[in-house]
Parts: sequence; C-alpha cells; structure tokens
Amino acid sequence: MIHSLFLISNAGDLFLEKHWKSVISRSVCDYFFEAREKAVEPDNVPPVIRTPHHYLINIYREKIFFKLMFLFSKLGVCFIVDVLYRMCADYFGECSETTIKDNVVIVYELLEEMLDNGFPLATESNILKELIRPPTILRSMVNTITGSSNVGETLPTGQLSTIPWRRAGVKYTNNEAYFDVVEEIDAILDKSGTTVFAEIQGVIDACVKLSGMPDLTLSFMNPRLLDDVSFHPCVRYKRWESERVIAFIPPDGNFQLMSYHISAQNLVAIPVYVKQNISFFETGSSGRLDITVGPKQTMGKTLECLVVTVHMPKVVLSANLSATQGTYNYDPVTKILVWDIGKLNPQKLPNLKGSLSLQSGAPKPEENPSLNIDLKIQQLAISGLKVNRLDVYGEKYKPFKGVKYVTKAGKFQVRT
Amino acid sequence: MSASSAFSDEKGGSASEPEYGHDPASGGIFSSDYKRHDDLKEMLDSNKDSLKLEAMKRIVAMIARGKNTSDLFPAVVKNVACKNIEVKKLVYVYLVRYAEEQQDLALLSISTFQRGLKDPNQLIRASALRVLSSIRVTIIVPIMMLAIKEAASDMSPYVRKTAAHAIPKLHSLDPEQKDQLIEVIEKLLADKTTLVAGSVVMAFEEVCPDRIDLIHKNYRKLCNLLIDVEEWGQVVIINMLTRYARTQFLNPNVNESLLEDSSEKAFYASDDEEDEDKKTEAAALAKRKPYVMDPDHRLLLRNTKPLLQSRNAAVVMAVAQLYFHLAPKAEVGIIAKALVRLMRSHSEVQYVVLQNVATMTIKRRGMFEPYLKSFYIRSTDPTQIKILKLEVLTNLANETNISTILREFQTYIKSMDKDFVAASIQAIGRCATNIGEVRDTCLNGLVQLLSNRDELVVAESVVVIKKLLQMQPEQHSDIIKHMAKLIDNIQVPMARASILWLIGEYCEHVPKIAPDVLRKMAKTFTNEEDIVKLQIINLAAKLYLTNSKQTKLLTQYVLNLAKYDQNYDIRDRARFIRQLIVPTDKSGALSKYAKKLFLALKPAPVLESPFKDRDHFQLGSLSHLLNAKAGGYQELPDWPESAPDPSVRNVEIPDWSKCTSRKDRKEKKVDKPFYSDSEGESGPTESADSESDSGSGSESASASDESGSGSESEESGEETESEDEEEDEEKEKKRKKHLDKTKAKKPAEESAESEQSSGTEDRKRGRKAVKNQKSASESESESESSESEDESEEESEEESESDTDIRKKKTPVSKQPPKQSKKESKKEKQEMSLLDLDDFEPAPTSAPVTPVNFLSSSLVSDLEGLSLTDTILAPTTIAPSGLIKLYELLHRITGEGLAVEYCFSRQPFSPDPNMVAVQIQFTNNTNSETKNLHIKEPRLQSGMRIREFAEIEVLAAGESVTVVMGIDFCDSTQAANFQLCTHTRKFFASIQPPVGELMTPVFLTENDFKKEQGKLMGMNEISEKLTLGEKCVNEHVIVERVTATANLSRVPCGSDKECRFAGKTVSSGCLVLVTVATKEGGRAQLTVNCEKMVIGTMLVKDIMQALSQ
Repeated sequence: MIHSLFLISNAGDLFLEKHWKSVISRSVCDYFFEAREKAVEPDNVPPVIRTPHHYLINIYREKIFFKLMFLFSKLGVCFIVDVLYRMCADYFGECSETTIKDNVVIVYELLEEMLDNGFPLATESNILKELIRPPTILRSMVNTITGSSNVGETLPTGQLSTIPWRRAGVKYTNNEAYFDVVEEIDAILDKSGTTVFAEIQGVIDACVKLSGMPDLTLSFMNPRLLDDVSFHPCVRYKRWESERVIAFIPPDGNFQLMSYHISAQNLVAIPVYVKQNISFFETGSSGRLDITVGPKQTMGKTLECLVVTVHMPKVVLSANLSATQGTYNYDPVTKILVWDIGKLNPQKLPNLKGSLSLQSGAPKPEENPSLNIDLKIQQLAISGLKVNRLDVYGEKYKPFKGVKYVTKAGKFQVRT
Repeated sequence: MSASSAFSDEKGGSASEPEYGHDPASGGIFSSDYKRHDDLKEMLDSNKDSLKLEAMKRIVAMIARGKNTSDLFPAVVKNVACKNIEVKKLVYVYLVRYAEEQQDLALLSISTFQRGLKDPNQLIRASALRVLSSIRVTIIVPIMMLAIKEAASDMSPYVRKTAAHAIPKLHSLDPEQKDQLIEVIEKLLADKTTLVAGSVVMAFEEVCPDRIDLIHKNYRKLCNLLIDVEEWGQVVIINMLTRYARTQFLNPNVNESLLEDSSEKAFYASDDEEDEDKKTEAAALAKRKPYVMDPDHRLLLRNTKPLLQSRNAAVVMAVAQLYFHLAPKAEVGIIAKALVRLMRSHSEVQYVVLQNVATMTIKRRGMFEPYLKSFYIRSTDPTQIKILKLEVLTNLANETNISTILREFQTYIKSMDKDFVAASIQAIGRCATNIGEVRDTCLNGLVQLLSNRDELVVAESVVVIKKLLQMQPEQHSDIIKHMAKLIDNIQVPMARASILWLIGEYCEHVPKIAPDVLRKMAKTFTNEEDIVKLQIINLAAKLYLTNSKQTKLLTQYVLNLAKYDQNYDIRDRARFIRQLIVPTDKSGALSKYAKKLFLALKPAPVLESPFKDRDHFQLGSLSHLLNAKAGGYQELPDWPESAPDPSVRNVEIPDWSKCTSRKDRKEKKVDKPFYSDSEGESGPTESADSESDSGSGSESASASDESGSGSESEESGEETESEDEEEDEEKEKKRKKHLDKTKAKKPAEESAESEQSSGTEDRKRGRKAVKNQKSASESESESESSESEDESEEESEEESESDTDIRKKKTPVSKQPPKQSKKESKKEKQEMSLLDLDDFEPAPTSAPVTPVNFLSSSLVSDLEGLSLTDTILAPTTIAPSGLIKLYELLHRITGEGLAVEYCFSRQPFSPDPNMVAVQIQFTNNTNSETKNLHIKEPRLQSGMRIREFAEIEVLAAGESVTVVMGIDFCDSTQAANFQLCTHTRKFFASIQPPVGELMTPVFLTENDFKKEQGKLMGMNEISEKLTLGEKCVNEHVIVERVTATANLSRVPCGSDKECRFAGKTVSSGCLVLVTVATKEGGRAQLTVNCEKMVIGTMLVKDIMQALSQ
C-alpha cells in the first residue's frame, strides 16, 4: 500500500507531495536526505530506507527522486516501483522537474486517479488519457481562450469494458498500423575483443491507428528465434503458445506490443570492434589514450550515431586528444569522456589519440576504464528476426502497414 | 514562474494563470493569517466557473507543495455541488485531504455524495462512493457502511469494484466494523467478474487475511479468472493464493528422491511447455506415491504460468515467488528465464529481483546456472546492484563453472569502486571455502593481492586469507610469513588484527618470526586500535605458552601496558590472561590447562551467504527485501503435515462450469482420456480433486481390486460374501502398499494387469461391485441412472434380437452394470448389513465428473456425478470407455445356449503391448454347467498372434463371465479366426477389428502435433470434405463421435474450429493424427495423417460415416 508520495529534485527540493491515506509530515524525508548525503552518486542511495514507522522507497529517475512511503508491505516492493515507472514512461513523455512543476495540478489529478487508498486503480494510460487529457500546446491555447478544462467531459468507459486498453468508437480516415522492431545488443567484450557475454533485447513498438475493433495477427518468419517474450496484456498468450503468432486487439495509438530476449551467444553478431590502448605512466602524471573503432558484422549496413563513452579514473584532470572523425568532450567534473563519432566510414576508421594529464602526486590508477559504446543501425534487426505478415480481422478496410527495423547498442561495454 | 521566492512559496503553482491572482495575493503576504486567502475565497464565491476553477487549481497546487490551506475549507466545500466537472473533481481532492481536520464542516458535503450514490450513471455512483469512503470522519461510518453494502450488490461491476476498494478504507477508519465488512467481502468474493476479483482480494488481505475459509469456495474461480484480471489485481491474488496453497496443500518436495524420479521420467515431457504431460504424469505419480499433488494445486500452477510473460514486473515477480514456494522442484526452473528478463529493467527493479534471485540461488542453484552470464557485472552498475550480482555469482559457483567465475572476479578486483572490490574479495573467499579444488588457486590469487597498492584491498584480502588458512594451516607457513612482513605497512586495524591472530594461532609454524612480530607490536602497542590491542595480548599469551623462554619478558611488558589501558575490555583481558598463563602460587587448576584453552583447535569459519534462510519470508515482499518482518506482513505458513479436507473447495456444478473458461476445459479434456486410459476403469477426471489420496485413490483402488479379486474368488467360490468382503479389503491394502512401491511409470501396465485378472472373474463379482459401489458412493440412484443409459445404448445396438426371452436374460449377459442393477434389488438386505462392516473411505464428494465405465465399478458418487449428462461439462466427460460397442461372437442359438460377446475394451494389454485387448463375455443360457471353455486352433494371417485367456473351468447355468485376450492384428483389419471349445462342442469364431480399434491414444501437445503432422504430409495425408450430420452441432459431439469411432485422444487446440486427435497403431506404433476442421454451414474438412495409408483411408471412411450421421 502506498501511503504517500514525495517528489524531490536532485538539488533536494521537495516539490510535490501526495497522500493517499492520512497525512504524513514531510519530515520523514530527513531520513532520505541523510542517506542521500552518505551516498556519493545518486544511483547509490539505498532503494529502501527503514524508519521507525514507515518504509521509504526511493526511485531515482531523470534526476528526480520519487519517494514513497508506506506502512504495509503486503503488495511487495516490485509493485510500487513499477507503478511509478509506468507513470513516468507512459504519461508525461518527458518527465522532468520543470514539466511536473508546470503541470502540478494535472500530475496531482493523475495521481488521484491512478491510486485509490494507495492501491493502483487505473494505470492503463489510455484510460488515464480519457480521464484527464494530456496537455498539448493547442489545447492549452484553446483552454485559455474558451476557459474549458483538461478534464475529460465524458466519463471513461474503457474501465468498464472487457478490453480496458482500447476505447470504444475509434475512428480514423487513414487506417494505419506501424511496427518498429527495435533490438538492443547487450554485450561485454573483454580486452582482446572476445565476447564475454552477449544477448539481444528486443521490443516491438506499435503505432496502431485503426478504426473500430480490429483484431490483428502478426506473424514472424522465424518465431523460434525468440527465447523469452513478454507481451502487452492485449496479446492472446494461448495463440502464441500454440501457433507462434501474435494475435491481439490493439490499444489505440502508441504502445509496446511485446519485448523479447535472445540469449544464444553464438547468434549475437557484434557489429563493431574497438581497438583501444589506455595507459598511465608511473612517472610524470600523464597517460596515453588511443582508441580506434571499426565495423565487424554489420550485414552490409552503416553504423550510425556511434558514441564512445569512457568513465575516467578520478585522478585524470584533463585530456588532450585529437580525433580523426567526430568530436570529443571531456568533463573534468564527472570524469566522463564522450567521443561522438557519428556515421562510421569503413574506409577511414575513426581514431582518437592523445595524452591524459593526471593529478600530480597521486598514484597511477589501478584500473583502465571501460568503454561504453552506443550505436544505431537502421533497417536491420541484428537477430535476423523478420515480420512475416500482419492480418486484420473483424474490420473491412485495408490499413496501411509498415515495419521498421532498428538495431541499437544497449549496455555495450568493452573492458580494458 | 513568479519572481520572488517568497511569493511562489505562498502561492505555489500560480504560474498557470497569474493575471488574476497577482494583486490580491501579494496583499495576502502582508495581511494577517485569517485574511490570507481572501482572494481565493472571493474567486470561489464568484459565479463564474472559470474563476472557481482557477482558484481550485491554485489551492490544489498549494496542497501539492505541502502548504496548509485548511482555512479555505468552508469556501471550498460550498462548491461541492458545482456543475463544472473539473471544479468538482478538485473540490473532491481538497475535501479528501482536509476532511479529517474539519470534520463538522465536512459533514455538509455528505448529502451530495448520498445523492450521487443513487445516480443512474454507474460511474457517478462509483465516484461518489469513492470520495465518500475517502473522507476520514468517524461520524459517517454508518453511512459508509450502508453505502458499501448497497454498492456491493450494485448491478454494475465497476461500482462493486469501488465497494471493494472502500472496504479497507472503512476498516482503517473504524476496525469495529470488521465483522460486517467480512460479510461484504464474502459476498464480493463470490462475484464472478474479473473487475471485482482483484479489488476484493485486496480488501480481504487488508481486513481479514486470516479468514482463509472464505477463499475455499472461490479458489477455483479465482484461479480460472486470474489471467483476465487486471495486472495489480493479479499480484494481490497470486500473493494471497500462495499463502492459501501453503495451508491447504502438501509440500510437493516432501520426498526429494521421488521428485527426481519423476524428472527423469519426464524425458518425453522435456519441453517446459508440456504442462499437461507433467500434470498427468504428476497425477499418475499421485496414484502410486505417498505424495499426491492436489489437482487444485496443479490448477493454480498451471493458470499462473502464462503470467510469467506479463509485461508487469510485479506480476512476474509474484508468479516467480509462487512457483518458488509451491511448485515441485522439477518445475521451479521455468521462472528463471522470466526473472533474468526483469533484470534489464531499471535499477530499482533490478535490485528487488536480484535480492530474490540471491535467495533462490541458495536453495535451487541449478535453476539459474544457464543464465550465469546474465549476472556479469558492468562497471556502470550502481554499487548495490554490483554487490547483489556478486552474491548471485558466488551462489552459482560450482566445480564446473568456477574457473570462468574466478576469471570474471579477477576483472572485478581492478574496479574503481572500492566497496565492490572488497565484496569481490570476500566472494573469492567464499568460492574457495565452498569448492575445495580451487582453494589453492584462490589463495594464491589473494596472496598476490597482498601486494596491491590499495590498502583496502590488502586489508580485505588479509581477512579473507585468514579465514582460508584456518582450514589448512600446515601447508601455508610461507603465506603466514609473508603476511607477517605486511604488518609493517598495513594500517587497517581489522587486517592487522587478522594477521596477529594468524601468527598467534600458528606460531608453531613460524617459530622464528612470531616473537619478532610481538616485539614490534609491543613497541607500538599504545597507538593501536582496540581490536589490534586485543590481538596483541592474545599473541603474547600464545607465544608465552609455546615459547616462554624468548617471550616471557615481552609478554609481561605487553600485559603491563594493557593493564593501564583506557579501555576496560583490554584491561580485563590482560588481567584474565595473566592469571591464566603466568603460574603463581595461588593460580588454580586452570593454568595447567592454559595451553589447551588457548591453542585448542579452532573450527574453520563457515563463509555463508547473507541470503541464507531468507526464504522463510515470502519472496518479493518488503520483509524479504529487508530481511526483517515489516508491518502488516503475513507470515508464509509452513506446509501442513496432512492436507486439510479438500472438498471444501467444491462448488455446485453450475457455478463451477460457468466460471471455467473455455480453454481450461479444453486442457482438461486432454487430461481426461489419459486418466481413463492408464487408469483403466475409474477415471477420476478433471478436477477430481478427489483430495486425492483418499478420494480417487480409494476409488481406483477399489475398482481395480474388485476386478483383481475376481481371480481370487475363482478358487474361493464357496466362500461367504462377508469373507469375500474382508478379503477384498485386505487385497486393497496390499495393493495400495504395492502401489506405493512401484514407480509411477507403471500405472498403465499395472491397471492393465488387474484388468486382465479381472478376466477370470466369477459371478460374485457383480455383487461385489454393487457393494463397493454402494459403500463408496451411497447413491444408488446415480449409478442406476448411468447404467440405464448404458442399457439403452445396448438395446439400440441389439435391436435385431427381438426375442423377448433373450431380452429378459440379456441384462445379465451383456454387461456388468446392468447386471448390477438387477442384483442390487435382490441382495439389498444383505448388503445393508455388510455396509456397516465396510470401512471404505467415504465417497469423494468432489469429483464433478466420473465416467461410468464398461467394467463398471466406477464408483460414481454424489450429485456431481450427474454432470455426466450436463451439457456444459459434457465435453470433458467423453471417455472412450463409455462408448464401447459390443459385438457378437456367438449367438445364443447357434451356440446352443452359450452366448459370447466381445468388445474392444481399449485398455492396454499388459502382457504384450503390441496386442489389442479384446474383452470377451461368456453367458451360459442353458440349464447345465458348461465346462472347460478355451480357445483352440487359431488360424491367423501371417504375423498375427493371439494370446488366449486362461481356460474357464466351469460356467454355471445362468451365469456369465468376462475374460480378456490379446490379439496382435498387425495393424490390419483382417479377422482373427479360431475355435471356441467347451467340454462338449467346438464353435468357429472370428474377430474382425474395426480400424479405429487398432490404435491407442498418445498424448501430444499442439506443437508436437503440428510437428508430427508436418512430417506426415503428401502421400501420408488423406483429406476429405464432408457435411456434418444434423446432430454434429458442436465440438462436443464431434469429439464424441470421433473418439467412439477410433481409440484416439484429443489434442489441445487453440482454435475452436478445429478438433485434433492423436493415437498410434498398436502393433507398429505409427502415429495417427486426425484433424476435423469445421466450417460454416455444417461443412467440415477431415484430415488424417498416418504413415500406413491403408489404415488412414479406412479411418477416414469410418470417421466420415460417424460424423455425417
């Protein structure tokens, strides 16, 4: 049971509080501030803090601490963590201190609708959007002129239907259904470039704008590839079990249809290789850095948005480097070196070379920093997953259909 | 945003509409408190909705920022009846927030809500109830109670859901209402809509989590609804059901070896998805083993499994904990995949999941081993995640993977995060203690770390090395020496203390160095930390005892220093040790034993995971996360020793069938033929929850024993009935024991054996059956009704026989059950008295479906058995055995009074699995005995074989007997010809099997079916279009017809347009796959896939005929 919610900015400003049961003084947050001070990184604040009467759950996202208090633990912790995650992701689009402060009333109303007595009531974003319309520029202009409100005039009917995720009476002149297959490669490569661990995490995001109550069936060329799947509640699990097709009545608009997981290590193609040499000298308080990035198994596609991020040891004061392609930036406060390469040219491999200057007198760092790589490949699902066809049942019209494939690097790390 | 911070503090989010608020607001700062919100009051009092709205928005923004606006209460409450819906909503928000502080004024608003409760719009009723119940004012408790009660019986499920939500609110406001609320909960629990289920269980958990008895009746319904309930409801229900199952079912892992057995056995069910197989297998196991999984228990496991695929982490976690706490060991593994998937989520979710995984890995390591690499640590993980992953990796380490894990650990040691490095070193230490093979490697690695530049790393290594060395100190004096040298450099007290302790403990291994270390330490004694000082004293004492010559003075010096230390602990220790080791005149007997006291062999420390024993908390709960009982935590009960009465979960049929979703029924359909197949006669079907041991166990046992006793009574034909009865019981006991011992693998054979022996049953059998039946079921009417059904069926078959004489005798001749009914009346009196002697278990009141079987005896019980004819449940009740056709082998007239009939009993023929069991019934219609009935001179096609029944010595006049013989037809429909001999005559007889009897059912999942079907394409596939007969209106009839025609089993199927069946031929084991796809207008397509094309063609013909009738 969620008792109260406090939102605290990174700077320690408590800017929203909401109580679902009786009011709890905000002084409980002192426990949190204490813990926050102890932890150096905001990431390291313990997720659960025990206080004499309450338990504080801390969730850190987008530089805001969501802090929940509650008395009872019956629902398990996961539960609460998930509600808030959903709230951020689904509703606000961008969720930052400013947007919340600007829309404080809407946020408050939303919280009111989402939970009743601390128990989640409506977390389906379609229903919430019907209850309280999300603010858009156009509507806020209209509202100022006409004095109308953001609260839905009609009462939501979705909650009453057997398919709560879809509102009734949807109508479009252009019926369209688009699917984005987005795959992320999670990998750890070791110093020599061998794969220590690799897996593919995929999601299929859908944008379905179809009239009426269409019943869709999406089938794959190679469904056996999928190792582990999780679905939006609209997907009929039995059909998947028996026929390996995804049959569903879609929610209206954007939603995540499914996510999947491919873990067979040999199957995972690593699209990029990195040659790196980072060394620190015992004397002279300096170090050398030399990184070259090249394409590996790209299936003939171009690597885009290539970014290499290095978390430097604390003693590195500055970096004096030169890049053959792209730009680099070293932030001496966070000790993060970011090298933005952009598109990878296979003919002329990008290289970043130069020297690092260390704090004088400090011992040379033990560890070489590991590299995090970010990249994007358009029109390719690295696992080879292919959508076969999409069938629409239950409605007469012929919708526009489209599938897009993108591969990205997820948690892609090169150890040095 | 406003310019001055003071201003924005006052006015909160006034940003959205500044133009009105400015002047009066700034005035508010200077005015005294009671005037502060004058501007807002003015706005609220105005007639314009827009002004009201603006004022409300500002007020709510202030509430959100934690400002006190309670003085506006009267002004706000006035607007509760405002027409504008947004204003209204905001007023509600305000009201709920401040009602507690301003109770009297809050009462003004109540009437509005009371009116709302009567509104024709369900949504308005619901929201009125929601706000009303959120107002925390004790005076309105009766009003709330009334409103909740009314809403609980509202037409709209949405309002009922709101009522469920209101229950915990009222309970926390006034716990006195508990009893009344429980009544409401009980009522709502019976609700059949998914909307209500989650909310009411939540209320149940809040108000009366210990009233587990309320759940019984709704248990199956909840299990079946679960998949359609909204996500948050699923979580609550799953958690509640976990607790429920812990109190109601037996521990499936109570007999670990037994489970291993079954997992070995599961080779054909290797795929995780083949739940059904496992289920049936477990059920089969249940019959033979002391542990029986309650079908309800199974139902829960089966229905929660798909939820592992939920997108909601909380649901996945809930299912995972359910499986961990409830599932048999062999099945827990399926949750690993889903949990590993959750790990990719945000760090908070990761944290929770890893905590739980860490606990699970201690108990069930094997489960996560394949996912080892998913727990590898990235340098960007937050520290707490890193440490948890490390914990999991350590738990997963074993002989085979230790080398990879150690290599991985090695990279971790170089990390910049020092806390993490320390944890890694500890982890290495734990691996080393747990896995003997790598102890030396680890030790060497740790020793190398001693030369690390970072002091923390060295210190941690020292501590870990100390623990490791304790296990085998002799071999490692080098390391001890090395560490002795380190003492000059290491400053971390814990490390210093550890080194000193090591040297002291093993001073005999380093006799030269030890005194020198003590010398050094004596010098620095005063500057050391307390723990180091204590260890110096210890070292001194130990050296004094072993090497007093060199160290006597040093020791005394140290003890003197310690005597004047500031810390009383150190002073006490010094005094104590001096008394103990330095011999004086007064020193007592103790000093003699000083050496024994100090240098006793100390057991090596056990390095344990901090997650050990955490699993007594329900996983996924906050209490588990904290490893401490959190407020409101419901203890997860231990498994009961013996299962409580499971019949409490039974509900009247209509209820049950209504809430059973279609797919579940389908699944059950599959189970069913299995049961009836392997168990032969008595099929405790479906939710034969039969409370298993007692109910179905006795049922089947009595059934089989009854047939088994047949052979027995052949010899003891003269015995009185009561004797027989006793014998029966005895046999039953024996058999039960026997069953316990035999492996679950054999149930089919076993029942077949008993089946076969039943072939020699004598005439008493019928009476006995009646008795059993009576005692077990206590409901004659039921058995009679089912028998009469059978009877009528036969009648239609034997219409050709118009002879009334024959008619009269036919009943005893043709079949067992009719005979029973006839004898029943005759023997009734005797039976009654015998009944008292019986100590059979009372009939299971539960089994909703019990097929009446040919061999009869099926101990159909109470009312629920009637569901046999219930159309709703009917699809589940199709047992091939119920539809067996009788064929005539020898007519009464041609046989000179001896009538012989046969049928294909569809039981496996245990002496030879390649044979078809043929059940033959002899009836002697003459006035004299017939003797020496046997088979002679079989004339068979090549390859065909017959296994004859044992000779029947005597068949008395007017009696009949049933035997079983086996014939291998070599998968052809050629007749088997033979002579049937009595002591006087010979008759020629031939048995020709319909093609459908040449097969036996196999159990396939839908996937397997498709796979197999894919292999049998082309020539092996025969497809025909047909028009369904008028009576083939639904799936149920089709299934019935097909299974009647051919001995096949139903394959579960996702679509309701298709029925699939599978079987294999008896002698060669070729797969036979049948698909009936129905189309509009009564048309259908029949497809048969079989390697033997002849069989396929004939089968198509037969099925087509059956379906188009």
